[in-house]
Amino acid sequence: MIRLNLGTTIGLGVAVLAGLGVALTTFERPRPLAVQQGFRGTGMDQLYNPRLFDAVAAANVVPTPLPAAPATGPRAGQVYRNVQVLGHLSVGELARTMVAMTAWVAPQQGCNYCHVGANFADDSLYTKVVSRRMLQMVMHINSEQQAHVGATGVTCYTCHRGQPVPANTWSENPGPMRAAGFSASNAGQNLADPVVGGTSLPFDPFSAFLNTAPADIRVQGQAPLAGGNSHSIKQTEWTYGLMMHFSQALGVNCTFCHNSRSFSSWEESNPRRGIAWHGIRMVRDLNVNYVGPLQSVIPAAHRGPGGDALKVNCTTCHQGAYRPLLGASMLQDYPQLARPGP
Amino acid sequence: MVEYQNLFTRVQVRGPAYGGVPLARHHSPRDGKPSFSHFLGQLGDAQVGPIYLGWTGLIALICGFTAFEIIGLNMWASVNWDPVQFIRQLPWLALEPPAPGYGLSIPPLAQGGWWLMAGFFLTLSVLLWWVRIYTRARALGLGTHTAWAFAAAIWLYLVLGFIRPLMMGSWSEAVPFGIFPHLDWTAAFSIRYGNLFYNPFHMLSIVFLYGSTLLFAMHGATILAAGRYGADREIEQVIDRGTAAERCAIFWRWTMGFNASFESIHRWAWWFAVLCPLTGGIGILLTGTVVDNWYLWGIKHGIVPGYPAVFPAIPDPLLTVGAPQ
Repeated sequence: MIRLNLGTTIGLGVAVLAGLGVALTTFERPRPLAVQQGFRGTGMDQLYNPRLFDAVAAANVVPTPLPAAPATGPRAGQVYRNVQVLGHLSVGELARTMVAMTAWVAPQQGCNYCHVGANFADDSLYTKVVSRRMLQMVMHINSEQQAHVGATGVTCYTCHRGQPVPANTWSENPGPMRAAGFSASNAGQNLADPVVGGTSLPFDPFSAFLNTAPADIRVQGQAPLAGGNSHSIKQTEWTYGLMMHFSQALGVNCTFCHNSRSFSSWEESNPRRGIAWHGIRMVRDLNVNYVGPLQSVIPAAHRGPGGDALKVNCTTCHQGAYRPLLGASMLQDYPQLARPGP
Repeated sequence: MVEYQNLFTRVQVRGPAYGGVPLARHHSPRDGKPSFSHFLGQLGDAQVGPIYLGWTGLIALICGFTAFEIIGLNMWASVNWDPVQFIRQLPWLALEPPAPGYGLSIPPLAQGGWWLMAGFFLTLSVLLWWVRIYTRARALGLGTHTAWAFAAAIWLYLVLGFIRPLMMGSWSEAVPFGIFPHLDWTAAFSIRYGNLFYNPFHMLSIVFLYGSTLLFAMHGATILAAGRYGADREIEQVIDRGTAAERCAIFWRWTMGFNASFESIHRWAWWFAVLCPLTGGIGILLTGTVVDNWYLWGIKHGIVPGYPAVFPAIPDPLLTVGAPQ
């Protein structure tokens, strides 16, 4: 029988506790499910935690569509005043779309979240101005951004999920307050940030890549030998940070799109990478042309700490699913949102 | 006897403290009164001290402490001197090298100046510690193998933080000081330069790294296995038949057909350990200075295997006519 003195016992106890702490906070359970998506033996696998399937499915349930309304009869624009975007719909279709939007965006607040009760034509609430622009955005996505959204399309619910402000947005993030003066700058990185998967990579890749004046995202050279490629390792960390966001937003690992032996090679990539490429352009388009300019309309209390509007990134729609709502199309039940009116 | 040879020895044979061999006249005296630690005696020798510090050791410690303080205080400042955040975020915090725009110039303190200063003091500390290792070995009448093994590690450190940034013309190419940040830097380095796994010197470095662990495991296991015959007391074993040492040799001759000698096993291990950072440093030094994309270099030289196409090939959408930019 081995007898341990008190010091050794305490030391061993602390070591066992620390080891348990590391093990329990580091590892996932149960064993990940690996789904092969490339040639055998190349590691082109997707890793899933089967324990989380139910939660993902529950978070992506599509609401029951409202009964269709007759498309015939007088146009809404002829019956009501100040119907700028949906005036070409029938009165019934307009009412159905409005009821659906209320359920998708402001189920607690109701019509008066956007409309002045006595006069629905009144534009004095900023929420009405914003939602009109957002309607135009949805129609724009469904008609002009099919390279990313395909025929599945989007509705207000894709992002809002019953909340007036989508749960996942971004705004300019200069980082937390740090000691001023000549103390070293953190260079926009080195904080545990969930948007980059808890790594120390740059924590605001969105301002760099998903807004006006996007930074150069392609850092690998196309020639074996040095000479023609001046991209730095620091630039690579910014691209890497954005890619971590992609991975988080879609609940996938790198090999969902890339062959990790050569990230930049299109020949080696999964064709999904092309869809993601168009997604970057789409998100920029939305931030530059639709969401960003609303800064002047939205009250300061509902903007980011830097005063800019809350903007779109991959998580805004995807919310952890490889396709938003796991690929279910709500657009087919609401074809009025498929394109702008004539 | 068996109990005595266990790693966690409960019976400790303890004589009077040994001060060590006499020092030459110009050497400073050893510091500290020797003491004994039962706990340390379970892992190694129970005697602690005296220690030889000397001026190289002293300045190395001061420089190392200076670098440590510059790094730590800047990390703390980056969370606005919040002690809770400092502890929570510590593995993520870092002192970053200057931005690429500064090239090799000396940037303001907040923009990488502190990084340069920390690197300077850390390098000075490491180099003085090397001198200390070298001179202490000579003072004991030893060879300088330890110093040269340490120098191999310093070579890799200097390549990463000094020589390669110098050749690339930018301090920004160097490694940040930080726990996770230097790991993320490593991944970004490999991605930027087209996958370091296709770098032959990286391959060699891995061979020597894993080879070192294999050799160390084989050697350690061999000597421990013959500990019951006194293999840890090598001196009496070399010349006689049937000793622990000869059993070890015969064991490997039986299992592999070939065995190291008492001397050569340590030579193998030393070279494997030393070649790990030496080859690794060469691989880092060639990256970006000579080779920009190791994957494409690997294709050019036929070391990248091809696989049957699983997906339809897609062209770069940026090159597709009419695509939005």
